[in-house]
Amino acid sequence: MNLHEYQAKELLARYGLPVQKGILAATAEEAAAAYDALGGKFAVVKAQVHAGGRGKAGGVKVVKSREEAAAEAARLIGTNLVTYQTDAAGQPVHSVLVCEDMYPVERELYLGAVVDRGSQRVVFMVSTEGGVEIEKVAEETPEKIIKVEVDPLVGMQPFQARDCAFALGLKGAQIAAFSKLMLGAYDAFMENDFALFEVNPLALRENGELACVDGKINLDSNALYRHPELLAMRDKSQENEREVKASEFDLNYVALEGNIGCMVNGAGLAMATMDIIKLKGGQPANFLDVGGGATKERVVEAFKLILADSSVKGVLINIFGGIVRCDMIAEAIIAAVKEVNVTVPVVVRLEGNNAELGAKILEESGLKLTSAQGLNDAAEKIVAAVAAL
Amino acid sequence: MSVLVNKDTKVLVQGFTGKNGTFHAEQALKVGTKVVGGVTPGKGGSEHLGLPVFNTMKDAVRETQADASVIYVPAAFAKDSILEAVASGVKLIVCITEGVPTLDMLYVKKAVDEAGVRLIGPNCPGIITPGECKIGIMPWHIHNPGRIGIVSRSGTLTYEAVAQTTALGLGQSTCIGIGGDPIPGLSHIDALKLFQDDPDTDAIVMIGEIGGSAEEEAAEFAKSYVTKPVVGYIAGVTAPKGKRMGHAGAIISGGKGTAEEKFKAFEKAGIAYTRSPAEIGKTMYELLKSKNMI
Repeated sequence: MNLHEYQAKELLARYGLPVQKGILAATAEEAAAAYDALGGKFAVVKAQVHAGGRGKAGGVKVVKSREEAAAEAARLIGTNLVTYQTDAAGQPVHSVLVCEDMYPVERELYLGAVVDRGSQRVVFMVSTEGGVEIEKVAEETPEKIIKVEVDPLVGMQPFQARDCAFALGLKGAQIAAFSKLMLGAYDAFMENDFALFEVNPLALRENGELACVDGKINLDSNALYRHPELLAMRDKSQENEREVKASEFDLNYVALEGNIGCMVNGAGLAMATMDIIKLKGGQPANFLDVGGGATKERVVEAFKLILADSSVKGVLINIFGGIVRCDMIAEAIIAAVKEVNVTVPVVVRLEGNNAELGAKILEESGLKLTSAQGLNDAAEKIVAAVAAL
Repeated sequence: MSVLVNKDTKVLVQGFTGKNGTFHAEQALKVGTKVVGGVTPGKGGSEHLGLPVFNTMKDAVRETQADASVIYVPAAFAKDSILEAVASGVKLIVCITEGVPTLDMLYVKKAVDEAGVRLIGPNCPGIITPGECKIGIMPWHIHNPGRIGIVSRSGTLTYEAVAQTTALGLGQSTCIGIGGDPIPGLSHIDALKLFQDDPDTDAIVMIGEIGGSAEEEAAEFAKSYVTKPVVGYIAGVTAPKGKRMGHAGAIISGGKGTAEEKFKAFEKAGIAYTRSPAEIGKTMYELLKSKNMI
């Protein structure tokens, strides 16, 4: 789950991080009032969306009057912001963060952290090359990224933060200020189950102070059960509507751009099913894992989700029965097809326990269901059925 | 022999009296697995499925001399259960539970490694030596005792590979589902090493998916250590970037962890691979045939 910039900044401020001051505004009037409240000559109006690349996409603007602040807010709120990180439709802007202006700054630094799968530790990264995409820095000048691995049992130590401060070329009181900031960020990471954290840029201001000008936080979805206050910050408007719906039924769904809907049990097999559709010349419309218990209710919800995508011209159901019986799954599919009134071609591949009986039940149902033997057959049949439309 | 588990492995079930623990313990018993009891705090001293229930893992191991434990507790309690198993002295822990917070696993992994205990999972189907021992949720009947070792990050995709090899008359020595989380216990490399060192395994199927670089590292390792034939497959060629594909660990982040990179690593290491999930068994069959191994 992602947090908005304003939410991330609020959270980080609680851990003592110096964040750029900002006031959230949901209307032009609120933006004008925010400009007045900040009391500066300049202010920065930033669209609050779950995507990077806002600046280049026109989502971040410097304003120098309350009228300009109101005009920028009016221009952004209610529209969709398209950046290189969003899809073509973009992300809806429901509010802007009106921030104090901090520029010009002496330097833009980078501070970030992830759970590193290789070292199996939380790894913090700092760089003198802030303000640009860190992936780009990693690719072009990897020596400019300094990494610190943290032992989970002892936590981040002050010397590790100091190492980073010196590597960033900080001086005097900045060393202690940066160490405090980095140790605070580590506590925030661990106590809130971050999956990814980024302050980019971390500004070194002309007055020598540090300030977090942006804040990006991605939370571990598996840990949200122990952070109800963070879960309450979820902004579903930033997520794909069908993916949100799916999550309500504990279905794992990811929208893709093809026209063959997939319903599969198990994440690995679901990806493999998408891949084989592509190998056979088709295009998968989605990833969907119905999980272990493919009951009638879940299959019904899965069908509704898949068919809510108007580009879907056919559906492939691929269930490896395992311990559940395929005849029961066949009954669930038939009931679901009747309930949802499915009109597109449906190919069903059932494998495992009682697979033959399951196929027989499907054949005898009188519905437009084609049963398939094995993955190849299933993928070929649905690709052919969709191509024939 | 086989790998990690066999007909003599004595298994305890943590979360024994719960719905999942009960169902899968029954299934395991039915096919001859030596389930020797289980743990449900507060229910110690009672009987379940005709077996003793203990309050703590320490009691359970002392009374049963179990070698392994399997965990079916909810995600919020998985860390505690794994650490309790580590402290109890069992040498193999299989955690089926899905949805364990990643930061919990950082502590767990360290504790497991320091104690010299093997952890399989979490978020995995478990481990099976066909004909001998089933620890986990996989269907018994698709397996066939044989000489192919299978290691995979995915549950049902493992079943797919099992069914394909069984259909071709190959059979499996041991199948290990290492799970779909970003910080797993046993890794692909650990599994490759176990299979290479196992005299009852002739060849290895390695199934990976997008996310992380465990497959690349495993390919590199295989090049220097594994002399047995290996067939690789990676799921998620069509997965979009930045989206978590069901498994917590199946995500391409920062452009890293794509299926193409992993296939490339197989190619570089000289590992036979297939791009079709329907042809894992066939690819293995043809590889063995070309080496006059069948």
